[in-house]
Amino acid sequence: MSSAFHRFANPARFMRYSAVILPWSLWITAALIAVGLYLALFVAPADYQQGDSVRIMFVHVPAAWMALFVYTNMAVASAVALIWRHPLAHIAAHGSAPIGACFTLIALVTGSLWGKPMWGTWWVWDARLTSVLVLFFLYLGYIALADAFDDGAKGAKAAAILALVGFVNVPIIKFSVEWWNTLHQPASVIKMGGPSIHASMLVPLVIMALGFTTFFVAVLILRMRAAIVGAKLRTLQIALIERGA
Amino acid sequence: MNAFLAIVRRDLKLAFRRGGDAANVVVFFILTVTLFPFGIGPEAAILARVAPGVIWVVALLAAMLSLDRLFRDDHDDGSLEVLVLSPLPLEVVVMAKCLAHWLTTGLLLVMAAPLLAVVMAMDGEGFATLLAAMVLGTPVLSLIGAIGAALTVGLRRGGVLISLLVLPLFIPVLIFGVGAVDAAVYGLTAKPHLLMLGGLLVLSLPLAPWAAAAALRLSLE
Amino acid sequence: MTDFAGTGLAAHGIACTRGGRGLFEGLDIAIEPGGAMLLCGPNGSGKTSLLRLLAGFLEPADGWLTWNGRAVVEDIQAYQSQLAYVGHLDAVKRSLSVTENVEFWAGLQGADADPLAVLGSLGIGSLAALPARFLSAGQRRRLGLARLAVAPKPLWLLDEPTVTLDTASITMVEALIARHRVGGGMVVVASHVTLDLPGAAVLDLRALS
Repeated sequence: MSSAFHRFANPARFMRYSAVILPWSLWITAALIAVGLYLALFVAPADYQQGDSVRIMFVHVPAAWMALFVYTNMAVASAVALIWRHPLAHIAAHGSAPIGACFTLIALVTGSLWGKPMWGTWWVWDARLTSVLVLFFLYLGYIALADAFDDGAKGAKAAAILALVGFVNVPIIKFSVEWWNTLHQPASVIKMGGPSIHASMLVPLVIMALGFTTFFVAVLILRMRAAIVGAKLRTLQIALIERGA
Repeated sequence: MNAFLAIVRRDLKLAFRRGGDAANVVVFFILTVTLFPFGIGPEAAILARVAPGVIWVVALLAAMLSLDRLFRDDHDDGSLEVLVLSPLPLEVVVMAKCLAHWLTTGLLLVMAAPLLAVVMAMDGEGFATLLAAMVLGTPVLSLIGAIGAALTVGLRRGGVLISLLVLPLFIPVLIFGVGAVDAAVYGLTAKPHLLMLGGLLVLSLPLAPWAAAAALRLSLE
Repeated sequence: MTDFAGTGLAAHGIACTRGGRGLFEGLDIAIEPGGAMLLCGPNGSGKTSLLRLLAGFLEPADGWLTWNGRAVVEDIQAYQSQLAYVGHLDAVKRSLSVTENVEFWAGLQGADADPLAVLGSLGIGSLAALPARFLSAGQRRRLGLARLAVAPKPLWLLDEPTVTLDTASITMVEALIARHRVGGGMVVVASHVTLDLPGAAVLDLRALS
């Protein structure tokens, strides 16, 4: 049946472009992270209060930014998928989810590791950490929903709806968590990064963030290419079965 | 309007005739809250401190337990197609079903709440606010829950997945609901919290049925 | 019976894929008021999918539908309010009585239908007060079909309507369809049971895949 095959024949353009972009993004990622880590670990000054443990910030903060950035991407891709029915949009959204979930997990774990030397406990219900935790559950829900459907196309569409619903809720959840946190002001005042970030800290932060972003692009491209090839494979398998029948 | 009421009336009839389900929700609510004094000790001061939180969390869980049924029966017996084809927009159909759902779950939770406030030694100052907050908050649970129910309606093990999808979205209701009662108990004004709950209700009233309707149409494909 | 006017239903080059498999493509259909179409083909050939596509539940992978000359996709809600769909499932609520089921469908459509008359057109008037769970499979099927008599709809889409029905009941269904067509109504039926549909176009889906 030729038409079912046609549907996936046109990501050819994406495959061509991504084949070019992929190696570049991988190299740039490696460079940025190397530079960023060097600046973060050796050049940036230690905090006068927290000492060297403040350096976890250079992984924690960009990871948290990425968690939100990737979710935004997912929501935009989902909207494009639902409104304009572009087949690549679903693949992009679905491919982003585990990456975003991992960034969220990294943010949570590094936040926890940072918390131990700073606040003496492994977990603190600080507004930002709590919001990231809820975001983590939103990611897990998205992944679970998409994978729960036998029909992948239906799962992608259902997950797209969920992504948009979740996206509308992210500011609401963030707002309510901050409200809740100010009501239940913890004993120690937590300041992450301080009110004004000195250039020596800002530069590695931004470099790490950029490195994480190019990492996301690279891994997303890999996942999308894998998904497209996987779909082609399935189509061929079905065609083979039908011809044999 | 007639069609809207026809749906509400039908769902209420079905809920009453099946009887057990609505009762299950309330019994779960009452039983589970009653477990807490056994778990944390009968000291009134401690119970009172956690009372608003416990009552709200268990209300959330009870509401969530009843969500799987919201659209499943209609999906399984072909009534969903009939509802989609009706002259009523599907979003309005969803609103009707959410209303019926709230009348058979949320409303019952509201009515059981004062009893549980007594069980949890909650300060009398908080009773009225608890009721007001739950009257505002439980419909939001039905509406947001409808989204989760609609997304998972075709899935075999959808019930388990609903909790993962819906509980994160419930958190704002929980925060402002408990905040309202805590404020009342400590002699502060609960108005900002109640206003936030009202805001959530106003926001979810058009948006949740819209998302749920999209998910229902998807389930028919 | 109401008289329906308009040019009817048309499908232009529609294609359908299910679960990655292509079922049919390049399909053209035209049904005018009073017309009927019979879908036949083995299981899995796409009869149900085509009916659901015509009902607006599925989107065609290619092509488009028009109703009375206007593209369906411009206002699916308006198109769907013009049709009645009876699929494999009968949409009967077991906990309600037979009459209550009919009253619900009527209330949903905003129609003022007499339940006994509706039930009578399918020969189940005597079961009016029974709880629906006491009905046999054939009686439940007829109750599901009674939906067609609740509110007049120009287009009927029926998926295996006579499964579990005896010959007398099948004749009643044929008569119901005939009355509908006389009034200008259209019907698309998927059936592997022989139905008396005079002048119906036959679409064999087996030939398309």
